[in-house]
Amino acid sequence: MKEEKTVTAVIEGKSKRRTPLVDRFLFVVKVFLIGLVTIGFLAFVAQQISPDNWFARWRNPGATGLSADQIKGLVISGLSQGVFYGLIALGYSMVYGVLGFINFAHGEVFMVSAYTGYIAANKFSANGMWESNFALCLLIVLLLAVMVSTVTAVLTERIAYRPLRNSPRLIPLITSIGVSFVLQNAVLGIFGPGTQGYPQLPEWLAKQRSILTFEISGIKILVFLVTIVSMTGLWYLVERTKTGKAMRAVAEDKEIASLMGINVNRIIVTTFAVGGAMAGVAGVMFGLLFRAVNPMTGFLPGIKAFTAAVVGGIGNLGGAMSGGLALGSAESIAPQLILEPLGVPGVTQLKDAVAFTVLVMVLLFKPSGLFGERLSAEDRA
Amino acid sequence: MTTLPSTLILDWKRIFKWGSICAAALLFVSLVGMPIKLDPKSIISPLLSLGYVSLFWLPLIFGYVASSRVVLEGVETSKPGLSDLLTGVLTGAIGGAGLTLLMLGIENFDIRDPLINWSPQLLEVLAFGARDLNSAVWIGIGGALGLVGAALNVIPESLRRGVSYGFFTVLAVAIFEPALDDMSEGFRLEWLVELIFQKRGGLKLWPAIILASLIGLISVVSKGKVKKAVAQYRKQEGSQKKQTSVVLFGIVAALGVVLPIFMGTYVNSLLANVGIFLLLALGLNIVVGLAGILDLGYVAFFAVGAYTTAVLTSEISPFFAPGLTWVLSLVFVVLLAALTGLIIGAPVIRMRGDYLAIVTLGFGEIIRLLFLSDFLKPYFGGAQGILGIPGIDLGFVYISGTDTRGIFYLVLFFCGLAVYVSWRLQASRLGRSWMAIREDEQVAEAMGINTVNSKLMAFVVGAVLASFAGAIMAARVGSVFPNSFMILISIVILVVVIVGGMGSIPGVFVGAFVLIGILGGPKQPGLLQEFGSLKLLVYGMLLVYMMLQRPEGLVPSARRTQELHQEEFLQDSWLKGTDDEDEEQPIEGEEAQI
Amino acid sequence: MSHLLEIKDLQVTFGGLDALSGLNFHVDEGEIVSVIGPNGAGKTTFFNTITGLVEPTGGDILFEGNSVLGLEPNEVTSLGIARTFQNVRLFPNMTILENVMVAQHCRTSQNVFGALFQTKAFKKEEEEIRQRGEEILSFFGSRLVGYRLDQAAFMLSYANRRRLEIARAMATQPRLMLLDEPVAGMNPSETAELTELIGRLRSEWGFTIVIIEHDMAVVKNVSDRVVVLDHGVPIASGSYEEVSTDPDVIEAYLGRPVESRS
Ligand SMILES: Nc1ncnc2c1ncn2[C@@H]1O[C@H](COP(=O)(O)OP(=O)(O)O)[C@@H](O)[C@H]1O
Ligand SMILES: [Mg+2]
Repeated sequence: MKEEKTVTAVIEGKSKRRTPLVDRFLFVVKVFLIGLVTIGFLAFVAQQISPDNWFARWRNPGATGLSADQIKGLVISGLSQGVFYGLIALGYSMVYGVLGFINFAHGEVFMVSAYTGYIAANKFSANGMWESNFALCLLIVLLLAVMVSTVTAVLTERIAYRPLRNSPRLIPLITSIGVSFVLQNAVLGIFGPGTQGYPQLPEWLAKQRSILTFEISGIKILVFLVTIVSMTGLWYLVERTKTGKAMRAVAEDKEIASLMGINVNRIIVTTFAVGGAMAGVAGVMFGLLFRAVNPMTGFLPGIKAFTAAVVGGIGNLGGAMSGGLALGSAESIAPQLILEPLGVPGVTQLKDAVAFTVLVMVLLFKPSGLFGERLSAEDRA
Repeated sequence: MTTLPSTLILDWKRIFKWGSICAAALLFVSLVGMPIKLDPKSIISPLLSLGYVSLFWLPLIFGYVASSRVVLEGVETSKPGLSDLLTGVLTGAIGGAGLTLLMLGIENFDIRDPLINWSPQLLEVLAFGARDLNSAVWIGIGGALGLVGAALNVIPESLRRGVSYGFFTVLAVAIFEPALDDMSEGFRLEWLVELIFQKRGGLKLWPAIILASLIGLISVVSKGKVKKAVAQYRKQEGSQKKQTSVVLFGIVAALGVVLPIFMGTYVNSLLANVGIFLLLALGLNIVVGLAGILDLGYVAFFAVGAYTTAVLTSEISPFFAPGLTWVLSLVFVVLLAALTGLIIGAPVIRMRGDYLAIVTLGFGEIIRLLFLSDFLKPYFGGAQGILGIPGIDLGFVYISGTDTRGIFYLVLFFCGLAVYVSWRLQASRLGRSWMAIREDEQVAEAMGINTVNSKLMAFVVGAVLASFAGAIMAARVGSVFPNSFMILISIVILVVVIVGGMGSIPGVFVGAFVLIGILGGPKQPGLLQEFGSLKLLVYGMLLVYMMLQRPEGLVPSARRTQELHQEEFLQDSWLKGTDDEDEEQPIEGEEAQI
Repeated sequence: MSHLLEIKDLQVTFGGLDALSGLNFHVDEGEIVSVIGPNGAGKTTFFNTITGLVEPTGGDILFEGNSVLGLEPNEVTSLGIARTFQNVRLFPNMTILENVMVAQHCRTSQNVFGALFQTKAFKKEEEEIRQRGEEILSFFGSRLVGYRLDQAAFMLSYANRRRLEIARAMATQPRLMLLDEPVAGMNPSETAELTELIGRLRSEWGFTIVIIEHDMAVVKNVSDRVVVLDHGVPIASGSYEEVSTDPDVIEAYLGRPVESRS
């Protein structure tokens, strides 16, 4: 036991040094990127001061500058996107913390919830209840979707991951890629390939409101509120209950935890369930906000949420949410704040590329995340 | 009063468990649309279509599973008998009842809104085309199939083999029907095809029965000699094994060269598809199977090969169109691919394995998104891609993109190259270092291996092989688009490698032929084009199934098998007396003895 | 004369814990030096630091007069320092022969092109690697050769794994060999045999050896010099006789005598 610990820590100490050549290459990349971001940002500042500025015109002759409202809009939409990444990231983070593998299929759990929400909401809409009694309907839809996504997450654990508990970490990762494929294509086969729409939101919810000079639609406020409530619930669960304590113990060391009388299997199932529930909340909210789902809905948010989890530090739940918000804002703001002033055309298409770049950069330069990872020694290897 | 014979004690819990799983599986298969989609593919016309096969195999398998017992060495088990058969019947019947309920449901409720297959069409298939079939029939069918499954457990081994081989042969012949049809012209065997196949597809009944019984009989008579031969082959030592492998490979290669001459465009284009994926899989096999690096962005190198070829050979490439010949451009393809391999590989090579997987996936997507964007549109044509890629002028022949046979030969050549490269590298200093790294990276480094260089080398070799596939693909299709290089392709290639057997060259061949040949690639149809979008579902299920049940793959490499089954190897060697034991028991404890 | 290995004021800290503090140490060509000390004294850490697996927080390590600080483990190995691990770490799924072949990596040079074109040089080198491997393995008698050559390492008995680990270290063709508890878990007769082999490693192969060992019989038999570590600090050094009667050493192992605890 002790010997193993020594070994992992050795690796840790080791990773500080790299082959000079690779190191130098990475350094160049880093400098280049920082330079790019700095220049882009300075050009943005210049164009905000005056679009006729030579510096602003330098790369982007058509510079006009953004109004304060536009910038606020970008922030709001970034944050409201980031909330989803954060909610999904919690699942990645918890599972990685406890089992030490990337559950690639977690994005699909989110998608399953969005689908459930769509079906339930449309059934309500068909008999008029959606309009007449929205709050109740929403509650039922939310509960239903969370239930389905929780069950999905737990089932995948039972069927696909549990038998692989002690295999090398790449094995469950590959398996989860398979699970993700199965879920995507099962949904595609059962519900059809097209994009499906959520019903109209009631007027009072869709309406734009102004809070602290920020123009924000009611639904986004709802999304933020629901997120805050679920985060509080999660925090309470993890920090204040016995189950939460057990979860942290299992994340630290499964063997010792089971010696302390903790039912490790039950805790792992709970972890999957809680992660699934969070993704479930995210799924319905996503559906309400964007009003469209298709079988591939989970793929991109899934990978980005994993990015968010890494940004925030794997195993660190507050970090996961912050990471999500940071990533959402980055991909919403960076194209117009940094790329456009650099004269890159069609910047909004590069939203996803920005997110992936953040992923690559964080894993390259700060794999333990911005807020510190919380992993057991064996998972760090 | 009669007492029940003691053998008739049924394990109800077990029956219900497997029965309900079976029912769930049947419902899933039905609602996902398999019976409807696969119904047009006839196996034995007009009796059995692939759609029904997709339903029938489930009660059969579950009947088999539910009635099979755990056989423990040295523990007396009661003889398989009536209770096992009954278990099978009941399990199958419960499963079948699921479909009965489904039929009643479809008749009485309309929830077609979310469930697209909750349709009269499905009802019609389930009712065997009859209008007012009693849905309870499925309970009977399920029971009967469960009985057959259980019977497989009860009958002697040789008979079981005979039955299953007979069945699988018929299935295989039916699956290969389009290919056989296409080939028959070359061999002047149209009459044979006409004899056994129905005009509208599917085997005729009598030929099917004759075929099945013939194969069944042969396998019963030969008493598993084939299996023994394979086992013997596996047991061969060093040079002898090498010889046999070379002979076997020679035969396969010769067949590969000769057969296409007799085949029509259909089979040849199928083979060309398989070949391109095979080449990719052989490359990925070096990265994943030999060096143990899970690269999910492998498609990026495929894209590099294709785009480089497109830019260099197409006359109408948007930005830079030198109009080189394909062969000349290949030089640049290799260089660029190797460079990309280094650029992508260098930063990620030190990461932990799972992070590396995700980062490479990220790289793959970034490259595709950039090619898709307006940003690079002036150079690479954005979503419209690059068109007008000419065929391949090799000097002595000209292979146009539509000349599938020529393309296949070309692919074959490069596959041969890839096999050669994998084979030689495996048995070299570099190959040994990969093995060591896979086993214990830290120790490998402490033993003097420069792990960064070794792993980078694997990345580069893999990248170059993938870029060959890309170059051929570009010439074959005549155009390249960013969306031909989705992450999906990386994953499909990974499935091919894993299903075949990581690190095993014959395995990769089998994987590519079985998966890409029969099911098809992400966008390329295979023999069973009826699967359509469902093939990805099958891919996913296969991946999960293999990881859980047979992680070493269909045709495992000896090393991988040994890795995953160390315990069994130790037991074997103990039985054979070649195990290794310390002369005396070591003394426990290591306290300081001062 | 400069020392083969010289360690100056070495400092290693793991998050507040001083695993080694102010360690001075040297080995001369042709010596066998034992490092002893209670568990947790920092002996393994000492080896890890020399071989580049752990980065020291201070001090310097000179091999043949040049600092090896900041070198990658594989670079240290190619300079001529080989080691074994306390918890045997072979490549379990590689054959016994492959285990010693792969260890010759840093002494050989054939690359991809040689392998692909099967050049004369490539074939010659492969043959040499194989022959040297078999030669090294036969140093241990008949245990690791014959049909065993092609057996996977995980099939070996515990004692044979330890032997194979030493063989693997020999295959890197070092000048200095670091053995971490080579006889741990062996029975007396195996221990005696290995003790003799360690002596032959020096006399026949010319290796200089540093050995961590708990078995005092082995230490007594093989070592020219003994260094005692406790809590990361060297507390004694000298011949076996000197060290084994040193009161500090006895205290480190057995604890402080009751009378003087006041
Ligand atoms: N990588 C590491 N991280 C943290 N502590 C370590 C590490 N390696 C060793 N230690 C600690 O340093 C001390 C010395 O350990 P070690 O060198 O293994 O002792 P020895 O080999 O003498 O028994 C022990 O307290 C051990 O727990
Ligand atoms: Mg030690």
